[in-house]
Order: sequence, then structure tokens, then C-alpha cells
Amino acid sequence: MAKKVMDLRLVDKQLWQRSVLLKLRAQEEKLPEIFPGQFVQVRVDGSPKTYLRRPISVYNVDIDNQELWLLVQMVGEGTKTLAALPVDSLVNVMLPLGNPFSMPQKADAKLMLIGGGVGIAPLLYLGKVLKDKGFQPQFLLGARTASDLTQLALYENYGKVYVTTEDGSLGEKGFVTQHSVLAEAPDVIYCCGPKPMMQAVARYAKEHEVFCELSLENTMACGLGACLCCVEDTKEGHQCVCQEGPVFNLNQLKW
Amino acid sequence: MVNTRVELKGLSLRNPVLTASGTFGYGEEFADFVDFSKIGGIIVKGTTIHHREGNPYPRMAETPSGMLNAVGLQNKGAAYFAEHIYPRIANMDTNVLVNVSGSTIEDYVACAEVIQSLDNIPAIELNVSCPNVKQGGMAFGVTTEGISKVVEAVRKVYHKHLMVKLSPNVTSIADIAKAAEASGADSVSLINTLMGMAIDAEKRRPKLSTITGGLSGACVKPVALRMVWQVSKAVQIPIIGLGGISSAEDAIEFLLAGASAIEIGTANFIDPSISQKVAAGIEDYCERHGFASVSELTGALITD
Repeated sequence: MAKKVMDLRLVDKQLWQRSVLLKLRAQEEKLPEIFPGQFVQVRVDGSPKTYLRRPISVYNVDIDNQELWLLVQMVGEGTKTLAALPVDSLVNVMLPLGNPFSMPQKADAKLMLIGGGVGIAPLLYLGKVLKDKGFQPQFLLGARTASDLTQLALYENYGKVYVTTEDGSLGEKGFVTQHSVLAEAPDVIYCCGPKPMMQAVARYAKEHEVFCELSLENTMACGLGACLCCVEDTKEGHQCVCQEGPVFNLNQLKW
Repeated sequence: MVNTRVELKGLSLRNPVLTASGTFGYGEEFADFVDFSKIGGIIVKGTTIHHREGNPYPRMAETPSGMLNAVGLQNKGAAYFAEHIYPRIANMDTNVLVNVSGSTIEDYVACAEVIQSLDNIPAIELNVSCPNVKQGGMAFGVTTEGISKVVEAVRKVYHKHLMVKLSPNVTSIADIAKAAEASGADSVSLINTLMGMAIDAEKRRPKLSTITGGLSGACVKPVALRMVWQVSKAVQIPIIGLGGISSAEDAIEFLLAGASAIEIGTANFIDPSISQKVAAGIEDYCERHGFASVSELTGALITD
């Protein structure tokens, strides 16, 4: 799959307290095929503190409208600069990067897509593709508080959604691994979120012998497997999250 | 028609643009973005005689207009390179150089011998300046005695083009360059990364697992340019300039300061096609300014 650098047009954005949804549309050149779990590297212009591109997971691909949706959590100056871009700006994006989530082996597998924080983003596109292929995804999404879960209705298009919030403002109070739906183990877990949350999910998956794939987001520079900055210490040694990941099978990790 | 070719001893570059070690993998990672026939060469990842896992994560911290890295020469060793990687890249339509690193003189020599046996590698860049490994060569690169010992030893066994990559973490880089020249280096490349540090004040912790790391990117360019200028006044052998080059204009500045060729490093991360664009931009500049060949730019700075 050839990687590209493209200037995409920001056609719409939605801003929340801690995150922003950017809808980017391809110009003359069409978007390449993008699989769920892959990510893009966005160049941030006009931010002196931001030198490197920002790796952002793919929230949705609307192929009919040639749109790439990115859900960006505003953490530093780079992501805040992206959030402040006016509609109609051109955004320079390198894509598609990394390896996608695998598709389930069995058509009737019980799938749970577990996300925390902005880690819920790649699960929307994964859920969409899974449903398109005839699988039945379910989502278990965790956040600090209800207002962080901004677009639950989109997830509900593709499957049942379970929620936990740390303050109990929506769904069950606590962390995703404490949710009652996990009393019965799924067959497959796809997971993305903050590392402590993913490690808790990994412990659950090991204990219940569940097939589990996790998407890591180590700090990254090139995004192409060249600089060796974003390595994870796996059972096969240091591997680049950008190139060998970002999706790893739990069996590959030392967690 | 501008003659862009740069002839170094035993190393003929179709243009003066090389990609810097550690920023371009083995070239393959950039195959979708760069037409290798449009650049002078690539310098592959630092290679050591033995496999190295490198430093623990986190290895990178972004800084204003740059970044710190502490990768620590992660690579699978010279034998693995020769057997598995070299066959894939040996016929790339550009010069493929190998950056040779080590922690003892014996390691440097052994690694240089393995790389010498590979027909399509016309040169090595001897890395005596990696700041990220306890004995990663920088100890050799910061004294004239140290650099003389390692360059002399490698020179005895290595008969192709020997480029020596210099550390900026020294009092007088001109003295170090002179020692490399006297010990048999065919060229010097400079600068390697500047030692730096970044702290997360909220967590009260260093941002790198190794606490300190090597600074690169646009922020180091003025320092690199100054050092190229100083070295050009001190040695006769060609200089390959690097440090923060992000555009053709930057590259031309290095040539004017005395470099015969340049390397592009961290800028590859922001624009993966930048090396090719810089090569084209240098040619344009020569046309606009009436230079018949790129080599005329070397040291063409007007200072009076």
C-alpha cells in the first residue's frame, strides 16, 4: 500500500472542551485505501513549538464524500493549533501509516471494542468496517466524565454501546474493566486508550483467554519506521509502534 | 545545464544531497516518497559489529524547532545487515553508504571490514560522535588522541572512501577535524547531534530514558553552519555539512560555508520527499546565479 503526502481541505469541524473533530476532504487526488487501526501524520503549521508531525488515528473514512475524519484530543500546542484551524484550510497529511486491526476469524464471534479517552477514535471506524463485513461489534467506552463522550450516537449506528465514566455521570461508574458487561467474556477484544487502561484490559484478556489486539501510541517522530524512536519492548525486542504496530496482538507484548 | 556531480575520492555523487544516518532507515521506508535516482546517496542506520537493542523508551522528546533523541544505535549487527538488508538495497539507484559505529577500536575495525566486503557500498561514515551510548564512540570523537586512534585503525583495513562524522560537543571542532585528516580520513561530515536535555516539570522527570540525548532539527543549523565554516578553514579534505538542513536554501548556505556535499536528517520526518526537493532546488539556484557546476558553490561565501 503506497503511502502518500496529501493536502486535504478542512471542510467541517466540531469543537468540544477537550477534543475537536476535523473533517478533511481530498482534493483532485483520491484518498488511498485506509484500514481501521491505521493512522496518519499531520503537519502542524504556524506553531513554533511544534516541529514534528502529529500522529492521529483514523476516526472515520467517508469514501463517498472523500472525507477523512480525525478526532483530536487537545493536549499540547500542536493539537491546539490544529483545533484552531479555520474551516477551508489545507492540512498536510501523510497516510496511511501502520498496520490495521485484524478481522475476526469467526462470523459469529462476540466482539468487544474497548476504548478509553481519545482512544475511542479508531474504534468508530473499526466498528463501521466490522458491521459492513457482517460482524456484530459492541463497544465499551470509558471516559472521565460524560462530556468527554461526544458522539456516542455515531457508535450506536454500528453496535450496542456500553459506557463507564470515572465520575458516574454516564453509564456505569468506574473503569472499563469494571463494567458488568465483561462478566461474560467476549471472544475478541480490540482496544485503544491510555496505557494504564490498556494494561488493565490486557490483564482481563489474559485471565479470560480472550484474543486481544491493542493499538499503542508511543511518542513518535517519523511515522515510517526509520528513526526508531517509538519503540515498544516486545517479546521480539524493540519494535517500532509506527511500523510494526500501532496494533499489536497481546501475545506480542510483554504486558 | 548545471553539472551537479560531486567527485569525492572514490565516491562519485550525482548531486550533493545525501540523507543522514538514523533519519532515513535503510531507504526502503521512504521508497513511496523519494526517487532515489534524484539524490546523491543515502547513509543507512548506524551499524555496529554486534546486534544492539538500543536504549529503553522513551527515546525522543520534541523541542522548539527540533527534537532530542536517545535511540542508542539500535541495529541488528553488521552480519545481519550484510546478509539480509544489503541484498535488498544494494541495487538502489543511488550511492548507499553505511554509518559504522562501535564502542571499542576492535569493534570499529571489525565492522568496517564486514562493510568493505560489500561491493556496492562505496564508502562508510565512521560515527565517532554518537552521544547516546555510554561507549558509543563519542569518547573517541571528543579528543584529538581518541579520533586519531580510531581513524588510523580503520584506515589500515578500510580502502574505500572513509568519511568521519564529527561531534559538535567539543571545544575546537577544527582541531578534531585536523586530527581526522592527519589520520587518513577522506572526508569529514559534521555535525552529529548536540547533547541536550528535556524535562517534564509536571512529572519532575527527564523526558528521555537516558536523561540526556542528541539535539537535531532546524534549531541546530546556525551552530552547524558555524562549525562547517571553521572546519573548512582548517582542513583540505572535503566536508559534508549537516545539521538542521530543511530546504535548498539551507543546503546552499552549507555549501557556501565550505561543504562539498550535505546531508538531510530530521527534516525527512516532516517532509519525507525533502531530499529530492533540496537536490532540485540547488540546481535551480545554480542556474539563477550562473554557476555551471554545483562544486563551484563550495566555499563561495563572500566575506569582504
